Amino acid sequence: MHLVVCVKQVPDATEVKVDPVKGTLVRQGVPSIANPYDMHALEMALQLKDEHGAKITVLSMGPPQATDVIKRSISIGADDGRLLCDVAFAGSDTLATSYILSQAIKEIEKTDPVDIVFAGKMAIDGDTAQVGPGIATRLGYSLVTYCLGIDGIDTGRSVIKARRQLEGGCEVVEADLPVLITVVKEANEVRYASLPDLIKSIRSDVTVWNKEFFELDIPQCGLKGSPTQVKKIFPPPPKDVTPEIMNTGETGLDEIANTVAEAVSKAGIL
Amino acid sequence: MKKSVWIFIEQTDGKFNDVSWELLGKGRELATALDAELCGVLLGHKVIEMAEEPVYYGADKVFVIDDPLLEYYRTQPYAHGLVALVKEYKPEVFLMGATYLGRDLSGAVATHLKTGLTADCTVLNIDEETKLLHQTRPAFGGNIMATIYCASARPQMATVRPRVMSMPDRDASRKGQIIEAKLGLKETDISTRRVEFVCDPSTSFRIEDAQVIVAGGRGIGDGANFKLLKELADVLGGVVGASRAAVDAGWLDWSHQVGQTGHTVRPRLYISAGISGAIQHQVGMEGSDMIIAINKDPDASIFKIADYGIVGDALEIVPALTEAFRKMKGESG
Ligand SMILES: Cc1cc2nc3c(=O)[nH]c(=O)nc-3n(C[C@H](O)[C@H](O)[C@H](O)COP(=O)(O)OP(=O)(O)OC[C@H]3O[C@@H](n4cnc5c(N)ncnc54)[C@H](O)[C@@H]3O)c2cc1C
Repeated sequence: MHLVVCVKQVPDATEVKVDPVKGTLVRQGVPSIANPYDMHALEMALQLKDEHGAKITVLSMGPPQATDVIKRSISIGADDGRLLCDVAFAGSDTLATSYILSQAIKEIEKTDPVDIVFAGKMAIDGDTAQVGPGIATRLGYSLVTYCLGIDGIDTGRSVIKARRQLEGGCEVVEADLPVLITVVKEANEVRYASLPDLIKSIRSDVTVWNKEFFELDIPQCGLKGSPTQVKKIFPPPPKDVTPEIMNTGETGLDEIANTVAEAVSKAGIL
Repeated sequence: MKKSVWIFIEQTDGKFNDVSWELLGKGRELATALDAELCGVLLGHKVIEMAEEPVYYGADKVFVIDDPLLEYYRTQPYAHGLVALVKEYKPEVFLMGATYLGRDLSGAVATHLKTGLTADCTVLNIDEETKLLHQTRPAFGGNIMATIYCASARPQMATVRPRVMSMPDRDASRKGQIIEAKLGLKETDISTRRVEFVCDPSTSFRIEDAQVIVAGGRGIGDGANFKLLKELADVLGGVVGASRAAVDAGWLDWSHQVGQTGHTVRPRLYISAGISGAIQHQVGMEGSDMIIAINKDPDASIFKIADYGIVGDALEIVPALTEAFRKMKGESG
């Protein structure tokens, strides 16, 4: 089996700050991490590899330093990685991103046919959850989103059985291979690298593909290939209320409670 | 052909998702600004009998594809049906709920149509000058807002989470046109099949549906203290919510979490106790009609968006509120 896992390098959202004057993102000094959902996708692929044997290729699009997330993936068991890196890819929205990634997967398939492509449910910097369905649509693969686990693979019939997280319960589906699977955090716990594997991965070479290495229609890439554009970014506006503040240090508890209860009642909520 | 604004009408097992009506409410505003008609698109099996319902919430027309292959949601046949309709009728704007189903479907449809899609919008409006749809959404965990537009590709697609837009009134006297279309697929064209659906009651608790929420955060101090919040919620006919810190501490499960990575809620009354009011929490509850915040720190950011703020110990104030509401209900009968 050949599994491809899409991993994105993202700024650690807990550290992102906004410049209050200019209203722009302060990216300087913000650490980069592998998108947490993508690591759960990788773990799902690794568990398939442990059980059935498989080759895992990690695919990432991003700046040169995104080799870090590929090395991190290799340190916990991925076999190989490709970084798609070119100025022509910069500014891609989800449509252009899914185009570039699917073209790279087609190139990988030429030498090594792919059975399953894994991706995280979404990336924490954009929260869109659009790239996975986009890649599946472009490649004509089956699509299984919000996957909680794979229950079986029937290589003879070329189908997998998988569980999906949905509102109100869990759906068990059967999907023909090849399939694209997006993975939720609840699916598994991501393993840690052993020290020797970590050291080995740091020394490993990551293959970098620029736009010359695979078939691409350049107008479909980057800013030019992106139908959506950002008009402006700004800090969230403050809410327009003058709160009525009461302090238990100054006013009796009963009085405060009655004031609030009356206000709620006056608003017709009870 | 008159311009049109389309809303995907989401249903599961014949039950509509309210987000469809919320989007019809917003869609009406957009249609007026564009001088366009408002259309619902309803897919499923045995849904033709239900096709008038979107009209009652404001649709001028409802496109319906009723086919056994659409009995439960699957990406391929739903996307196939929608793409064919869009290619034929060419709407300007197409909105879906940012639900499990809507996020899956919108990504596939936008890719087929090679058009732009903006997820989780909180503000949608038509720019007066360009007549383009301006789609505003939080990014980077709510630290920043971005306004996005799609200049040339059509339709302009966006998803909106449940409870972000307000619910329009239902008017069963409204009249509209129902237009049926064919799916034109066979089972063998589809590469996924449902084996079974396992209901899980713990995931069917929907905090979005509550009219009153009493939410607790790290300041509640201990999972056992949540029973105080539960008592207040019970008196008010509401449910208990939580900040992420409270969920991470294991005091309540994720289905109760409000905020960026939890649920967006829009109840009539939101009472927060021991929650600091981080931006990621605020984005999930700032649309509540009335907000009462309890925090011992007078500088807590939650007070900036509250209608009433009470500075003090939540473990004293919450029982006092429970008592006051109980008394008030007793008096009014
Ligand atoms: C990407 C991202 C996504 C996130 N998503 C969410 C989300 O969906 N939902 C969410 O809630 N958070 C989310 N967060 C976390 C958020 O930033 C805050 O860390 C979190 O909301 C804090 O929870 P809290 O207010 O309960 O705890 P704290 O910030 O620790 O606040 C506790 C408050 O309780 C008060 N307090 C203490 N004791 C008492 C007492 N006895 N009586 C009254 N008040 C008391 C304190 O003054 C303090 O204000 C997210 C963060 C990131 C980075």
